[in-house]
Amino acid sequence: MLKDAAKFEPKIVAFCCNWCSYAGADGAGTARKNYPANVKIIKVPCSCRVNPMFILRAFQRGADGVILCGCHPGDCHYSTGNYYTRRRMALLMSMLNFMGVAEDRFRVEWVSAAEGAKFAEVMNDFVVQITALGENVKLRDLRCKK
Amino acid sequence: MQKIAELMRAKAVELLQSSKAERVLAWRAGEFFYDNAPAAFNDVDACQEIVYNEFCPANLAKYLIEATKQQKKTVVFLKPCDTYGVNQLLKDHRIKREYFYAVGTPCSGMLDVKKIKELGAKAITQITCEDNKVIVETPYGTKEFAKEEVLLDKCMMCKGNEYKIADEELGEKLEPIQFVGDRFAAVKAIEAMSAEERFAFWQEELSKCIRCNACRDICPACSCEQCIFDNQEAPVGGKAAADDVEEQLFHLIRAYHVAGRCVGCGECARVCPQGVKLGLLNLKFIKDINQFYGAYQAGEDATTPSPLVSYKENDPEAEEAVQRRG
Repeated sequence: MLKDAAKFEPKIVAFCCNWCSYAGADGAGTARKNYPANVKIIKVPCSCRVNPMFILRAFQRGADGVILCGCHPGDCHYSTGNYYTRRRMALLMSMLNFMGVAEDRFRVEWVSAAEGAKFAEVMNDFVVQITALGENVKLRDLRCKK
Repeated sequence: MQKIAELMRAKAVELLQSSKAERVLAWRAGEFFYDNAPAAFNDVDACQEIVYNEFCPANLAKYLIEATKQQKKTVVFLKPCDTYGVNQLLKDHRIKREYFYAVGTPCSGMLDVKKIKELGAKAITQITCEDNKVIVETPYGTKEFAKEEVLLDKCMMCKGNEYKIADEELGEKLEPIQFVGDRFAAVKAIEAMSAEERFAFWQEELSKCIRCNACRDICPACSCEQCIFDNQEAPVGGKAAADDVEEQLFHLIRAYHVAGRCVGCGECARVCPQGVKLGLLNLKFIKDINQFYGAYQAGEDATTPSPLVSYKENDPEAEEAVQRRG
């Protein structure tokens, strides 16, 4: 189906951990659950592999929304990785807010390998949310006065 | 303060002569009496040049990295607030305890000569402190200021007069600064703004940056052996090579990099030649950490792990934490 050229299609980067969320995305496919093609998945070994700079870079390079998915706390393949992620990302989110940049373009979700349906649901919901927010101007344009 | 300087010189000479140390880190007079700079003194004669007055704000902690590398036992004079930086460097394994001898040096607050000049004192010849008054002598007459008006911003966040690490203390402890208010007041003021105002504030503030890296160089928590910002080949290396967006990211990442390890010394903001309110980013992280994960002061000791390398199973989720902040 051809897409309406005038309709805004957000670009969304999803960092998914290898052990849970990436498998969750697979699960969504196997279960024939749809989620929009706006979501581009980047596989990482663990959610705690994601440096705050990854998130900022994704925004700078044109992402309208960034979502980080990992195993549920307590289920990390490496035992504790996602606990660190949780602390780091809470601080990053709070800082984005402090700098006047909408923190609702960035989300952290825990999706297990068995939660294909949840993966699709989360992605659908996030795409709707970002589409409503419109194009990311501030984070891409987080620059000095000209 | 003059008395303390004499004690420092005597102590430096004593430690060098007894071969307890090979080198002394202290302050030396600059071109004017109000721009003292950190300096290393290698022999007894040189120690006579040690100065100490209300214009020795620099924290000498970071120079201990070099002392550790050279494996030279070094005497270092530390004001109470400087001791936090030393503990942090110890915790980060950047310095070794056996290579320095810490001498606690009393402090009653450091003055900001920029503030004094802005208040109209020109061609300053002498500055004396009496209790909470600062008397400034100039060829055009004497001016008197309240100490509160001319203290360095970082001294307005004084942490008290306790040394967190010291092999010995010089003389009596001095009274800590008495006008310390809420150190998060400025952060709270920004939080109270609308998102648009906050964005405009930081855009204005960070656009002043010339990327001199002074904030990085002075920071006792920012002490990597190799730094990406020194790599001329990297696109983030310097202002000229960088996209404008890098300025914002630089500051965000600089502050993030030291989150949980920042002792809140305020040196980054003090040394900034452009007067960027950098310290606010660090303070924001400190405030959030305290609020989300319980009160924590980096540098309080050399062993407690930083909140970002520890966790609790019931920590708030990111969204929840941001909302809870209120």
